[in-house]
Order: sequence, then C-alpha cells, then structure tokens
Amino acid sequence: MLLIPCPYCGERPEIEFSYGGEAHVVRAPANATDAEWTAFLYQRSNARGSYAERWRHAHGCGRFFNARRNTVTDFFEQTYKIGEVPA
Amino acid sequence: MQKFSAFALAKEALSGQKGWDRQWRDAAPKPAYEAIIVGGGGHGLGTAYYLAKKHGLRNIAVLEKGWIGGGNTGRNTTIIRSNYLFDESAALYDHAVKLWEGLSADLNYNVMFSQRGVLMLSHNVHDEQVFKRHVHANRLNGVDNEWLSPEQAKSFCPPLNIGPGMRHAVTGAALQRRAGTARHDAVAWGYARAADALGVDIIQNCEVTGIDRDASGRISGVQTSRGAIATRRLGIVAAGNTSVLMAMAGQRMPLESYPLQALVSEPIKPIFPCVVMSNTIHAYISQSDKGELVIGAGTDAYISYSQRGALHISSHTLEAICELFPMFRRMRMLRNWGGIVDVTPDRSPIIARTDVPGLYVNCGWGTGGFKATPGSADLFAYTMAKDEPHRINAPFNLERFGAGRLIDEAAAAAVAH
Ligand SMILES: Cc1cc2nc3c(=O)[nH]c(=O)nc-3n(C[C@H](O)[C@H](O)[C@H](O)COP(=O)(O)OP(=O)(O)OC[C@H]3O[C@@H](n4cnc5c(N)ncnc54)[C@H](O)[C@@H]3O)c2cc1C
Ligand SMILES: [Zn+2]
Repeated sequence: MLLIPCPYCGERPEIEFSYGGEAHVVRAPANATDAEWTAFLYQRSNARGSYAERWRHAHGCGRFFNARRNTVTDFFEQTYKIGEVPA
Repeated sequence: MQKFSAFALAKEALSGQKGWDRQWRDAAPKPAYEAIIVGGGGHGLGTAYYLAKKHGLRNIAVLEKGWIGGGNTGRNTTIIRSNYLFDESAALYDHAVKLWEGLSADLNYNVMFSQRGVLMLSHNVHDEQVFKRHVHANRLNGVDNEWLSPEQAKSFCPPLNIGPGMRHAVTGAALQRRAGTARHDAVAWGYARAADALGVDIIQNCEVTGIDRDASGRISGVQTSRGAIATRRLGIVAAGNTSVLMAMAGQRMPLESYPLQALVSEPIKPIFPCVVMSNTIHAYISQSDKGELVIGAGTDAYISYSQRGALHISSHTLEAICELFPMFRRMRMLRNWGGIVDVTPDRSPIIARTDVPGLYVNCGWGTGGFKATPGSADLFAYTMAKDEPHRINAPFNLERFGAGRLIDEAAAAAVAH
C-alpha cells in the first residue's frame, strides 16, 4: 500500500484515497470536433515514468489534488493543490 | 521440427532423453524482415505463426525485450471462457474457444486445454439478472451457458460453501461447460516452436526503443537494443506497454495500464474440479495440474508499470476465497506476483490497423486476454497480411471510440476475466 502525501493533511495510507486518472487533461469545448472529443474522453498518455495524475482524499479531507508519481517505482515526486503550478 | 508422439516419447525414454532438439532457434536479428511483431507473448507468437502458416509470409521476426512468455502470458490465471454479452464479443471469444479445442493437435504441443467448466457465482439480485441476461444472450449466439441453483452449483463444485451463515450468500451461478483453463507457458512455447519451424525468427532480449517512418509517414523499421531492423509491416502486441510503443510512432492510445495480481498456494492433491469466479466479491480460483490453487485478485487503483500489486488487494481476494471455500482457510500461499494489463474504456480489445501506414496494433486485452490468444493471433495475422480486418475483428477498431460504437463489456460485466 502506498503512503500518499495529501497537500492538506500530510501522509496517509492509500486506502483513504480514490484515484482520478491523468491530470491536466483539458476539457474539449462544446464545438470541438469528434477527434478532439475522442482525445479528451479516451486518449491518455499512460506514461511509463513521471506521470501527472489526480487523487481525491475521499476518506479524509475530501479534496481533490494533483500529484506527480513515477509509474515504474510508484514513488510520489510531489503533490500539489488544484490550481497550483507544479514545481 | 522434431514431432512429439507416443513413439518419440517411448524412444527417448529408452535412450536417456538425450535426443531432443532445441524447441526453437536462438535467432539473431537480420537487417530486414517482411513483418515484425513486437512482443513475445502468446498473442505475438501466435500472430507470427498464423502469418507464416495461413498467409505464406516467410521472413518474420518476433522481438521480445525479455524472454518469451515472461509478460502477462506467463503471469495469468489461465481462465478461458466465451460467455460475453455482446454479439461482437461472443463471436470473438468463441472463435478463440473453437481454436483452443484443436490447438494441441495443430501445434503438435500439449497446451493442456482442459474444458473443466467455469462457474460464475451470483450473490444478489443484480448479479442474478445480469448473469441470466448473459445466459440468454449467449444461447442466441450459439455459446453454451446455463443457469444453476445454489445446490446445483455445489454439486458441480463440492468445496463451494452455500451455507446460510455467509456474508455474501451464493444465490446461483452461470456455468459454461466448454470453458476451462490451459497451460500458460505451453501456449507461448508451443506457438514459438511451431512458428520457428516455419522460419520465424524469435529474438529475445531485444527491446524496441524507437519506430522509424519514411518521408511518406509509412513504417520503415524499428530501433532496438540489438540495432536497427528494417520492415514495412509492424505489429505491436505489447499488452501493458502498448502506449509506450505507440508513442514512439506519435500515437496516443485509449489505454491505461494497471497492475493485476495473482497468487498460488502450496500444492495439494486434486480437490478442485472446475474454475470458480465471483465478480462481486472479486475472486477467481482453479487448481493447476501441479496441485497449486491458482487465485486471481484485482487491479490496483492507479496506473503503474511496477509489475507488483498492493497487499491489501490480494488480502481482500483471500478473504473472499476463505468465505467461499472454508476448507482452504489454513492453506499457505507460495507465490504472489503482478502483471501490467492494458485497459480500454469499454474493456474490449483493439485488433486493428492504425492511422500510420504499415502499423498495426493488438492490445487492450486488459485483465482477460489469455482466453483469446489463438483467436486474437489468427485475426491479427489476417489483418496484417491483408491490410484489412477480418469480419470478426472489424468492430474492434480504434475508430469505435470517436464514433461512439463502444462494445461495452465493462458495463455488461463490471469485471472481466
Ligand atoms: C495476474 C493476471 C491474471 C490474468 N488472468 C487471466 C485469466 O484468467 N484469463 C484471461 O483470459 N486473461 C487473464 N489475464 C490477461 C492475460 O494475461 C493477457 O490479456 C494476455 O496474456 C496478453 O497476452 P499478450 O501476448 O498480448 O501479452 P504479454 O504476454 O504481456 O506479451 C507482451 C510482451 O511484449 C513485451 N514487450 C513490451 N515492451 C516491449 C518492447 N519495447 N520491446 C520488445 N518487447 C516488448 C513484453 O516483455 C511481453 O513479453 C491475466 C493477467 C494477469 C496479469
Ligand atoms: Zn486530505
């Protein structure tokens, strides 16, 4: 089980969190083409290595935040609040 | 290729087993191939075999970064069944089951396909409705599947607990009798040996690190840890690593890769006659011919390439196993591992051409592609040889996401295996 540093509450065990998938995927505008909608809804970088992703501290403060985690080692490089720019 | 037969076995038994050949050559890469398959799992090796056998291609290589069968093919719980809900899926998975039925003879290699039956347990009204709907849909598609009462399920699988004290009572089960298991390693080795005999080069310890395209955008070759190799026809069959490889050709995929775990117990005498799955409390179990209980757990919540899952995931499955089969409560688990599964939004695979000329992809099998190995390989070989899909895999294209024509087995089953 991972220990995840919530930017509000500090390190907590993984089972307190829910996963939100890739971060910084920008919503397609209402007049987007089918290709743009496909990219927004379905395509993900699914990177092997450093990955930006969303988490929610569902059984804690309840808040969403972003993280950068290495998907090979599972090591959390950093977590940051929504709206913050990663270091 | 030296044929396996009762006669050959007897002869070798008498002469100290010294006369067996290598099963396949340890090939070194040639400068160019007519077709290259990336990924030496069952699907990739099978694709090479069918390309050579059914489509007459001779100059084919399978590139594998580690050892063949070392990916999900060698890590899975080997459940084979075809009782999927939608017409497209039933046709796809049943095509595979039909090939499984003749595979040992076709490859002259015992893949130990055992149609011992797969029992899928229902624990509540919702399960019952979903499974009965599957039973009816399957029957309309000519796929066997039947509904059993708890008592009938217990007589089919005597270790099953259907007693009143259960937290998640068994309210019935769907049984596919033609379903079962096969020996995972034998599938990789059998295809490798048969493909090698048709001249396919199986190149291990050869990681693909780049994909080359010519001025027109067409595939022209690959960069590997063992040098550059030219080809104009490239098939990516890399399971959890598909997104990484497709990114080398500038393609973003509708895939996410998750660790999926399994574990085996200490070996015991034959006790467990079939395969039992419970999607609701998340456990799958069968007994291997070596005697180990083979148990499948769930995926981790997050994307990872770590090839190991979290302990709380496997503990959760073991709790379910202990409740369903109280007689296993005191058994010890010997090994626990993970594989990286590539999951699509609709939990159906992609066996298709891509927007890049000469580039084909077979992926998205997620948590449940072992069962499809021969069918997937056969259809992907067809697609690569003819540059167009076979009728059966035509719906499993990349365009279905943009077009909204999902084959939503995720919604149909909630879990796939
Ligand atoms: C724990 C677990 C349990 C499962 N249980 C079942 C089950 O009961 N029933 C079922 O039907 N399915 C099951 N599955 C799913 C099944 O294992 C897979 O869908 C199937 O085996 C995929 O086969 P494959 O040949 O496509 O992939 P793999 O066997 O993973 O082969 C892909 C190969 O590509 C290689 N590769 C990757 N990147 C590169 C590169 N850059 N260069 C060269 N080679 C590369 C890898 O090393 C690997 O050997 C399970 C999976 C897991 C992990
Ligand atoms: Zn918090």
